[in-house]
Amino acid sequence: MAVSQMIGASIKRREDPALVTGTGTFVDDIPQTAVVHMAIVRSTEAHARIVAIDTTRAKDADGVVAVFTGKELKAEFGAPLPVTVTFVPEKKYPNYYPIAVDRVRFVGEPVALVLASSKAAAEDAAERIEVRYESLPPVLDMEKAIMKDAPVIHEELGSNLSYDVKRSVGDIEAAFKEADVKIKQRLIQQRLIPVAVETRGVLADFKPFTGKLTIWSSTQIPHFVKVFAAVILGIPESNVRVVARDVGGGFGSKIRVYPEEILTALASRRVGRPVKWIEDRSENVKATHHGRDQIWDVEVAAKKDGTVLGVRATQWLNLGAYCSQFGTFMTLGLLVAPGPYKLKAFDGRLIGVFTNTTPTDAYRGAGRPEATFLIERVMDLVARETGVDPADVRRTNFVKASEQPFTSLFGFTYDSGDYQMTLNRALELIDYKAFRTEQAEKRKQGKYLGIGLSTYLEICGLGPAAPTQANTGVSLWGMSVVNVHFTGKATVITGSSPHGQGHETTFAQVASSALGIPVADIDVQHGDTAIGPMGMNTYGSRSAAMDGSAVHVSSMKVVEKAKKIAAHLLEAAEADIVYEGGKAFVKGTPSKSITIQEIAGAAFQTNRLPAGMEGGLEATTFFDPPNFVWPFGAHVAIVEIDPDTGATQILRYVAVDDCGTRINPMVVDGQLHGGIAQGIGQALFEEAVYDDSGQLRTGSLVDYLIPTAADLPNFELEATETPSPSNPLGVKGIGEAGTIASSAAVVNAIVDAMQPFGVKDITMPATPQKVWQLTHKNGGRKR
Amino acid sequence: MRRRVAVTINGAKHEHEVEPRLLLVQYIRELAGLTGTHVGCDTSNCGACTVELDGHSVKSCTVFAVQADGAEITTIEGLAQGTTLHPLQQAFWDEHGLQCGFCTPGMIMAAKQLLERNPNPTEREIRLGLEGNLCRCTGYHNIVKAIQAASKVMATGAEAKAPASVA
Repeated sequence: MAVSQMIGASIKRREDPALVTGTGTFVDDIPQTAVVHMAIVRSTEAHARIVAIDTTRAKDADGVVAVFTGKELKAEFGAPLPVTVTFVPEKKYPNYYPIAVDRVRFVGEPVALVLASSKAAAEDAAERIEVRYESLPPVLDMEKAIMKDAPVIHEELGSNLSYDVKRSVGDIEAAFKEADVKIKQRLIQQRLIPVAVETRGVLADFKPFTGKLTIWSSTQIPHFVKVFAAVILGIPESNVRVVARDVGGGFGSKIRVYPEEILTALASRRVGRPVKWIEDRSENVKATHHGRDQIWDVEVAAKKDGTVLGVRATQWLNLGAYCSQFGTFMTLGLLVAPGPYKLKAFDGRLIGVFTNTTPTDAYRGAGRPEATFLIERVMDLVARETGVDPADVRRTNFVKASEQPFTSLFGFTYDSGDYQMTLNRALELIDYKAFRTEQAEKRKQGKYLGIGLSTYLEICGLGPAAPTQANTGVSLWGMSVVNVHFTGKATVITGSSPHGQGHETTFAQVASSALGIPVADIDVQHGDTAIGPMGMNTYGSRSAAMDGSAVHVSSMKVVEKAKKIAAHLLEAAEADIVYEGGKAFVKGTPSKSITIQEIAGAAFQTNRLPAGMEGGLEATTFFDPPNFVWPFGAHVAIVEIDPDTGATQILRYVAVDDCGTRINPMVVDGQLHGGIAQGIGQALFEEAVYDDSGQLRTGSLVDYLIPTAADLPNFELEATETPSPSNPLGVKGIGEAGTIASSAAVVNAIVDAMQPFGVKDITMPATPQKVWQLTHKNGGRKR
Repeated sequence: MRRRVAVTINGAKHEHEVEPRLLLVQYIRELAGLTGTHVGCDTSNCGACTVELDGHSVKSCTVFAVQADGAEITTIEGLAQGTTLHPLQQAFWDEHGLQCGFCTPGMIMAAKQLLERNPNPTEREIRLGLEGNLCRCTGYHNIVKAIQAASKVMATGAEAKAPASVA
């Protein structure tokens, strides 16, 4: 394959040979001598005072190296864990330290550390630690948490309310006055557990006499961990190195600086030996942050023809026991809730509440699945109320392609997109008319099919730097270093930190395309703070748009320098040099040429360079685009529900997605498959449940159900490509699109299937029990 | 109260004194030093630790090392012949059947057994056969495709080999 065709080529991933042969390097696979294993004693109480901790018997246990309680470590924290602004500067929040000192606020909060010669010895000793608690009443329900008589979790805040703020645009009163149809609905975004199949794990090695700290962590954000480990532990940033090698999935759950990263490093500093902590799954479900857990109270004003005029929405967000690093990010959901539709007014209110539960933070989509679920349910509710076809309700309200770039109610500028195009194509693929006929016939036979649409619009690709700094408190950009070596091979360093997305392959494609160097001769390095100036890591479907673009820009800078060198060596004017396919030649005289290998060789023989030129063939880029990117698409689910058992089967799942230019369509499809599966998981199976005392009842994979192969259909995918004008590659993000779209498509389909039973809504997860109950509300009679 | 355990893993003999509570997966990872077999849960749900024990695929977190005494074990590291990948490994690579790769070793070991029992499975049979292995990245779509592709390659391979063994 010619190198110029590298963008758009579904080449196989270079990451895979190691991973399919069991020779990958996840944190627990890193060989390390003299390592000490750490077990963490965690709170068994949702809300309690710590009266006393007796560590005597643990200290005497076999193999124990050291035992530490929060009280003993407290003085070493130079700062609390970071909390970002993320859309709610008004919020109140407590200092959040990595380990509890005198009070615990959720089941799973660290209370003491045990260091021993093996993991088993550490766990045995941990069981010998006696923590005496004085129980306090737990606060679990968001609405009850802010009532006057509710026990207060953080006394210094005075109440459990973190924020209650308005985000409103347009004249909502006028919208409701104009409305023919008014609908009220409560939508629940249940609490989810991310469940990356690799749990978290940390290996920290503090060298006592050099003061240097290395942390290997299963994280999405090694660069953030480096900065905050330095700040919290009082170590110069230049002495801290954080490495994320193979990371077994993240989905947002590895996006924050975690207590255990700090604790493992601190323990290593205390004992002067490398310390390893590998999270058990039973810890993971409590100690790794959860996602969603919101209530959306919605009122819709619409016209008879299906035009949606305005929406009033209150988004209740359960922060959990503390405000996590990006704990208010999910409020973005309200700001982008209008989606691909033109509304006249949006009256929003955000209420953030503390409860005695695991903190919530980003989980695949983070705010945008909630936004899509809201507006796509609204479209279907309006369709039901007005009798207008759900596809037509969407068409009526869409921003038209001719109106792009469109500025949304909340002031975002959509970059490009034709929302009607993807919807029409998806309906064509599903044969919508034929389906409606089949559905009507099947209903007569007592079979209940349903179809659900979800026409999403997603904001992603975080930065640009200025708006992300203003709204999240973090200036986000893409970073790359492209270095062509003496022999003409190249190394790309990226600021992204992939954990399954395939950047080693796709970024090599980007560099190859610009440099004309074969993909096989380009190495891509990531996830190590010791290489490159800094990175902004991987989350928010940002990597291709930000760091991928940075790779392109650096490659083009290298080409510019290569042309200067070529002009000098070929004794031609720089303006006459053409660079193509890894070769520079004089315009009109292709025989007068020089290869990138020869140019690179000259770049390291500085005497052969033009006077005053630095040696080497390297460029660094901090890429800052003018706008976010806005992928979009239409997902359609067809389901059948069995009113006798309540079971839902997905018969077909069709998606037409547009993420701009696709660097590697195979990888793009893979991202969609996994994303769709996670949204289906939310729609049908997954829910974290606490009992009244704040114990997590879904505390293992026996009780918390993620989809298996047998639960899912084949996915029928098609793509359109509307390039983004925001970056030189024309790419948009795709890591979260599947999850953003799919839960709404599936729930809309289930509700559609239950229409004969008079059902207008179902709460996720749509379990067989719920479906059965809804179809039997009227004694099983259809309306 | 340590017990002596001797096993053969991927053709190599290993012998250790172990605690009776030591799980086979811990033996494989920590004592035999084969870290391709992963641990993803505490409850035998995820299947990341799937290996072959005396010809049967087992979740090695559900077997004590002492129970495996005398057994022949194959792990993911034992599938490739030199640098030639096993058809399942090749198919997972070809069909993009993995993303983060953490569940992959267990998934491939489970798929190997599935194809040994049913060389030409339908899509439904593959999906049901993988119920004990969880993947959070791929939505299983390309895993199913990979196993279908491998089953074709392995069937052709078996045919190609058959006359030779008859002769």
